[in-house]
Amino acid sequence: MTDAGSRHLIELLQHPAGAAQLAPPEWVQILSVARAANLVATLGERLAQSRITIPPAVQRHLVGATRLSARQHESVCWEAYQLARALKHLDIPVLLLKGSAYVLGALPVSRGRLFGDIDILVPRTALGQVEVAMMTKGWTSAKHDEYDQRYYRQWMHELPPMMNVRRGTVLDIHHTLLPLTSRHLPDPQLLIDASHALPGLEPLRIPAPEDLVIHSITHLFHEGELHNGLRDLFDIDGLVRYFATGAPDFWNRLLDRAEQLQLGYPLFLGLHFAARMLYTPVPATILETSSKRWSPATVRLTMLEWLYDKGLQPIHPICADQLTPLARWLLFMRAHWLRMPPHLLARHLSRKAWMKLIPAKPPAREATEPEILR
Amino acid sequence: MRCEIFCTPPVPIRNARRKTCENCHLPPSKPSPPTVSSKYPITAESSILALAAPFAASAHLLRVPPVTIRVSTNLSAVVEHIELFYGSQRIDPHNATTAFIDFDIAVLKGVGLRRIWRPQAHFLLDGLEPFLPLPCDQSAPLLEWGLNWCVASRPLGYLTIHAAVVAKGEEALVLPGFPGAGKSTLCASLVFLDDWRLLSDELTLLDIDSGTLHPHPRPINLKNRSIDIVSGFPGARIGPRYQDTRKGTVALAAPTVESVRAAEEPARCRWVVFPTYAPEEEAWCEELSRAEAFALIAEQSFNKDRLGESGFRAMCSMLDGARCYEIGYRSTEEALSLINDIRKAGS
Repeated sequence: MTDAGSRHLIELLQHPAGAAQLAPPEWVQILSVARAANLVATLGERLAQSRITIPPAVQRHLVGATRLSARQHESVCWEAYQLARALKHLDIPVLLLKGSAYVLGALPVSRGRLFGDIDILVPRTALGQVEVAMMTKGWTSAKHDEYDQRYYRQWMHELPPMMNVRRGTVLDIHHTLLPLTSRHLPDPQLLIDASHALPGLEPLRIPAPEDLVIHSITHLFHEGELHNGLRDLFDIDGLVRYFATGAPDFWNRLLDRAEQLQLGYPLFLGLHFAARMLYTPVPATILETSSKRWSPATVRLTMLEWLYDKGLQPIHPICADQLTPLARWLLFMRAHWLRMPPHLLARHLSRKAWMKLIPAKPPAREATEPEILR
Repeated sequence: MRCEIFCTPPVPIRNARRKTCENCHLPPSKPSPPTVSSKYPITAESSILALAAPFAASAHLLRVPPVTIRVSTNLSAVVEHIELFYGSQRIDPHNATTAFIDFDIAVLKGVGLRRIWRPQAHFLLDGLEPFLPLPCDQSAPLLEWGLNWCVASRPLGYLTIHAAVVAKGEEALVLPGFPGAGKSTLCASLVFLDDWRLLSDELTLLDIDSGTLHPHPRPINLKNRSIDIVSGFPGARIGPRYQDTRKGTVALAAPTVESVRAAEEPARCRWVVFPTYAPEEEAWCEELSRAEAFALIAEQSFNKDRLGESGFRAMCSMLDGARCYEIGYRSTEEALSLINDIRKAGS
């Protein structure tokens, strides 16, 4: 089960009424764990909705965070507008993913969410044009090391992150759901076909509800750095609660879509851990069906439960024990294992270790031409 | 390595391990995401003190308006620093269990080899290290600079500006902190020689909702020559000198007792003065338009952009009620006289 450290926070997020009885020292602990998990603004929103009286000294922190989240929403909307303007002439579909999709799709899970980057998905054939269009609008590649450039372009599912030189925003341009070197590749065209357009913001589109959930889960369970793991799990919890309300066939559609995309195993993990850690109300029949179809052997599942119970904790002293660093390292290795076949993995990891030992080369004076244009 | 703590745009730092940023004095930030310091034993207990337990640390609960902080430390220099500068702001241990703590800070000595060879001091907030450590003999300034970072970067409903602010009663004078302006010396002169109360020497806190400036009186940062100048002021209490920091020799001057006593009483901005220390030129005083002043002061704001429209409006309304000036001065007396003229000219 989850560590005591974050359990209190999770219970408060799912049942805000419990906040009425908290003493100041308990608030201190909850806020510091929430901050580590990037969930302060979410906590603030949920407490505000439940209309519980909060001590003013605590309220300051919550209101400050919710205001920051609202400001980030404005920022995301502005970036989306700029993105639409930059890519309109290319006449290709541009799919918004994760956080930006939640905001532009006006989903309740976006309230109180704190952001990092903007993620989009474009057809692979249009990658070169997209990169050039972004560069003319003041975006530059954020990774300068030649090895990193090759890692992303040749092997991964996204271009190296691009950064806007004036605003500092970071943009991740994906072309598939999973890295090219992964063992199996779901077809991104299926997501594009099922997506719907954003009025007034052509060519931007938002994935269908099932795809949003499946992508979010797949991303989380293929990710090596889980400092936002709990927040991402709360995203999944919020998404399924919202989509399942008033749409009883949502769950079956979700299972069918996962089958179609060959992402049943991550979906099983996502639903299993959401129900286990966050008490997400997944119907028992659905859990059973997904378990029957995609659950790994008991030993392996127990191992994964042990790993993720620790790995999804926020990075905070209360939420960790002696074995947590080991669990995080193993999950990091697992993520790389899933991304690459063994021989590539060995090469990549030894290269990374070597790079750590020798000092980094300063970035080249002239910007290198995007490889894809040569 | 670039400083990304306060500084917009990030400034380059050479030889990052030993140096601090010229702009914000802080050692460079650690690469994100923050890691629980693996050197400190991790326990399931909630108190930072539990982390420091093996090293016999002490915890101090302090009211430093507008926040309450707990400082846990196993460094005697830090304990002495707290006793010297924050002695009157301690919270009764009996109230400790019911107090809400805004910042749970620890300043701890390095472990392992670093306890003996070139010992280091680490700054932790909520058990996490936001920036690289400093040499142990700078542990007290590390607490001050780290606390600056905490107050400036945590969203608490204040627009934070890098500026000194002093007040007579409820009327405040803001001195934005451009480098080389002599802001800290001027601030100390106003406090010790002309009876202004200190609201802050580094961090102006503008309450977004009420439009008032909230006091945050803390030790005044002095560098090199200004330490000698301020030592000569009547009533000035200067702490130990710290050598070999990025800015040379650094020392701290305690705020006056009246400043600390009035620390829960906000003030309204009536004057904004951009000082320039110009010993070669004639003294001058020029009034600025509010638009010009806005452009200049916005450069010194830590979090205006993160506050969006509300930050913009708060800054506008702060300047609406204020008159803005640029002054050039050759000596402390001249500066005080110019500021007095500004004050008499009304607001």
